[in-house]
Amino acid sequence: MYSHGSESLIKQAREIQDSELQKFYSRLLKVIQGKDLGHEAVDSLQRLHLILSATKFTRRLPPDLHKKISSLVSSPAEQFQILGSAVLRETLPPSDQDMTCIQNNPSVVNSHGAGLLLVQASSTTPLSTLCSQLVRSLDSRHSETHSHSQTHTLPILNAILTHRPECLSEEQVTVLSKRLVDWLRYASITQAASPGGFFSGSRTRQPCPIAELDGSISGDFFTVLCVGQGFTEDQWMNVYAFSILRNWLITYHSVSNCNTADLAATARLQYSLSLSYSHSPPNDDRSVEGSVISMVSATSSSSRLLPPKERLREKSFQYCQRLIEQSDRKAQKRMDSDLQKACLVEAVCILDILCLEDCSLVYRVFPCIKALYSRLSSDTSYARVLLPIAQFYLNHGEVAAVDCECVWQLVFSRFPAELFNDPFLAHEFLRFVRQNIQNLPTKVPQYMRSFPNLLKFLAWDSPALVDDFVDLLPSLVTSGTAVELLHTLLDLPCLSATLVLQQRSVLLPITDPNTRSLQALDAFRNANFRGLFLFLLRNDAGAGDTIDRLGLLHELLNESVDWPRVVQCAQTVPVLLHIFFNTVIKVADEKLFAQLILVLLERSSLLLKVPNYKNEIHRVFSYHLLKLCKLHPSLVVDQSHELLEFAGTTSNVYNKEELYTHVVWALGEYLSLSCDSRCSVRHITSCFEGLEAVLFEITSSAPPPGGVCPKPRVITTLMSALAKLASRSHDLIPRVSLFLSKLRNVSRGGSVTWCSDDDDLVSIVTRGEELWSLLKTPGVAQSVLTPPPHVTKPQWHRDTNVATPLQLRTLTHLTQPL
Amino acid sequence: MVLCFLIHTVCGVSALGPGDSRVLYYRGFGPHQPEEEIQEHGPEERRLLLKERLAVVARQVRSAVTLSREASGRQLVEVVPGEEGLALQEADSGVVRLRAGQPFSGEMSALWLGVLNLAFTLVCEPHDNLLLAEGTLRTLARLCVEHLHMLGQGSEVLLRSNRVDFLLSRLLPHGQLLFLNHKFAQSLEKEVALYMTK
Repeated sequence: MYSHGSESLIKQAREIQDSELQKFYSRLLKVIQGKDLGHEAVDSLQRLHLILSATKFTRRLPPDLHKKISSLVSSPAEQFQILGSAVLRETLPPSDQDMTCIQNNPSVVNSHGAGLLLVQASSTTPLSTLCSQLVRSLDSRHSETHSHSQTHTLPILNAILTHRPECLSEEQVTVLSKRLVDWLRYASITQAASPGGFFSGSRTRQPCPIAELDGSISGDFFTVLCVGQGFTEDQWMNVYAFSILRNWLITYHSVSNCNTADLAATARLQYSLSLSYSHSPPNDDRSVEGSVISMVSATSSSSRLLPPKERLREKSFQYCQRLIEQSDRKAQKRMDSDLQKACLVEAVCILDILCLEDCSLVYRVFPCIKALYSRLSSDTSYARVLLPIAQFYLNHGEVAAVDCECVWQLVFSRFPAELFNDPFLAHEFLRFVRQNIQNLPTKVPQYMRSFPNLLKFLAWDSPALVDDFVDLLPSLVTSGTAVELLHTLLDLPCLSATLVLQQRSVLLPITDPNTRSLQALDAFRNANFRGLFLFLLRNDAGAGDTIDRLGLLHELLNESVDWPRVVQCAQTVPVLLHIFFNTVIKVADEKLFAQLILVLLERSSLLLKVPNYKNEIHRVFSYHLLKLCKLHPSLVVDQSHELLEFAGTTSNVYNKEELYTHVVWALGEYLSLSCDSRCSVRHITSCFEGLEAVLFEITSSAPPPGGVCPKPRVITTLMSALAKLASRSHDLIPRVSLFLSKLRNVSRGGSVTWCSDDDDLVSIVTRGEELWSLLKTPGVAQSVLTPPPHVTKPQWHRDTNVATPLQLRTLTHLTQPL
Repeated sequence: MVLCFLIHTVCGVSALGPGDSRVLYYRGFGPHQPEEEIQEHGPEERRLLLKERLAVVARQVRSAVTLSREASGRQLVEVVPGEEGLALQEADSGVVRLRAGQPFSGEMSALWLGVLNLAFTLVCEPHDNLLLAEGTLRTLARLCVEHLHMLGQGSEVLLRSNRVDFLLSRLLPHGQLLFLNHKFAQSLEKEVALYMTK
């Protein structure tokens, strides 16, 4: 589709030389100065447009060319209006004064000129002038004399008021409110006179009424869901008016702080009145065949006496009610049934806005919404319509004292579980959650427990949705479910693989001996392993943190580690883990921290073998382990048994180097009396012995077959940790010193099997020597290797009462002769 | 209100860096900046800013399209001119969330439709009706592909951009999404077809 030809055209346009460009300008000017502009003018203007738009740096036209093109914008031929404004959008007038001049006198009111003004206006004055002109043209009573161009005034006005609502005065808003009511509620209900067919004679046709989408004759006022062979001007305006209605209401109708107690009485009276109207006998439209009698007009109270804003509100309400009614009909075309869904969304949103503005409307609107919900709740193809309905319940459920439980059940249980693969639903669902994040935890109790379900969206389409989850994850972290959430995040790639298998399982037939079926798919369908997969696919948290046979699950899913979806998912997990840990620190207590450390250690070897996944996770674990230990040093003493078990396993040096290094460092640093008074000599000695054994092992033999030599950092960390522990329990010092001197001797013999690089060996031995000489003076070793906590505080270095160097300096100063 | 409409590449373009996208057509509706920013920058700077922001959007959509196609594992079908219907049937679609500040000052949603190696993108505001926007985007894409002969090797999207402008002026006037049933849409498409013969 995209060809070399296009690429070279763009290149030419960018690199055109100035001399050639000037020649082109003068040629173009000649062409467009002629009377009748034809194909050559069109082609030349297009080329000019390409030249101007191909670069991001603005080129200016010669003044006379610019002037001529400006005049084209008001040309009678629409093609030249379009070309003229397209060119002008890509450039600027020869001088800036011209621009302000043009903008302050918008003599062009055609659609394309107005568009140009919208994009380039730098102040509100020209826009206000334009608005006045447009409103004046709409206000005229002789609407039949206007040409088709009047239909574009509403979109232009909407574009202006979206960004510059102050451009319309109060009076203009009132005028437009009245016109909007006319178009929305009182558009013609007959079809336009169709263009004459072959046999049309001079006799006038009886105007036929408009029809509904299912073909039946329409029984009520015109809406966007009505069809006819041709449309009148005001029917077009009906479409435009409804299209801008939501934005109009948001901009000019503010949310009122209504006192529900005061309004409750009037509202209930209105409600009961409307109910009584709905039981009144229908009007004589009953004679029309096949049409559903619309009760909307019949139940409306006389609203002629209301002020314009309120009247517009009332008519908007009626319009939305009618749309909801009309959407129940079976449309004959696919495009129309899609439109019905879009209309339902719009209608519910508008009703929501109206109720936010005037609480008393809630009692009239709720039955409508409730009925719509009952109609749609069983059909998941209407999920995107049910989201605005859920928003309505969230906003007004309390006021109407309605039980919303079933709505939340549908939204938080069924949607993520069944519709996780719909990108648009996922986007709108997560946006719904984000926009209501303040209220959801309190108003929707199951929200906090629904994370296994919500994460299905992410597991399926990670790149598109990770951004949303970065925002949402903190709200899902609670002390009660933190451990389960951590396990769920770590197993996100497994969930991703399971969802893929679930989809494939539906698509592929069960017994098809010809196709080479996936092992993983077989496992998914196997009844013995059902429980494993069902756990991953659960909807709610609370059933258990994780499963026992997790290792088995990972084996079954081995085939999936290179599936693109799984790989993409695995790449998002580290980010989410960072957010998880940063959040959990704020809500957790010591007990939870202890549990989390255990999970870290346990899961470090229990991860799906997606390439590089383990390394990334270990990196995150290491970082946060240190952070946790620094915040709560007593955790190390608390969990010393488990940490030592991890650190005492030699294979961890080779398999989990990064994490191992950090665990050893934490043990060395925080297993001391100053960090926790429960730390005894026994703790220190047993830790020492465990680490010593590992160090002996890795420095006396080659790495296991297939493994690489441990990095120098592991070895030096082990040595430092041993030295630190020895400095706290001095009888261990001889053992360390013995080892360190042996190390020095060994390295004199040349290369060793456990270190591949000579420079690395030198660094290791040097560190060993430093520690050895430090340990020769145990007192100094203790203050260097186990400094008291106040060393890290600035006061220790700046306060003369505490800092030794400053004390000495003061004393010296005092003893000096005056 | 729709902020802008783009047609851009989602395949590798040798002249650009990896991951970059060539914008073939763009149309912005209304100011894309808040009042304070407009006062700060002159008109030239504003245009530059707009082009750079659109380039950012195009890049993000391109990466979304690539990742989505990779994840779904679907192969791109070879389509020749004349098979426009097939090309649009096979098109994949999605939506990218553009955070506030990246690159527009408010949060936006960029709906995209990937047809072979080009994408059609609509940048919508948060309270726009996305169902309607999706339908509008599909219609726009269909009409562009048909009337600009985009399945061929020609460069009509560059040299006949006034046709796209006309399309937008009828189906998305000034960025306004319209609730059009099939009869209204038919009427507009007749106008479009008439214009395209000029």
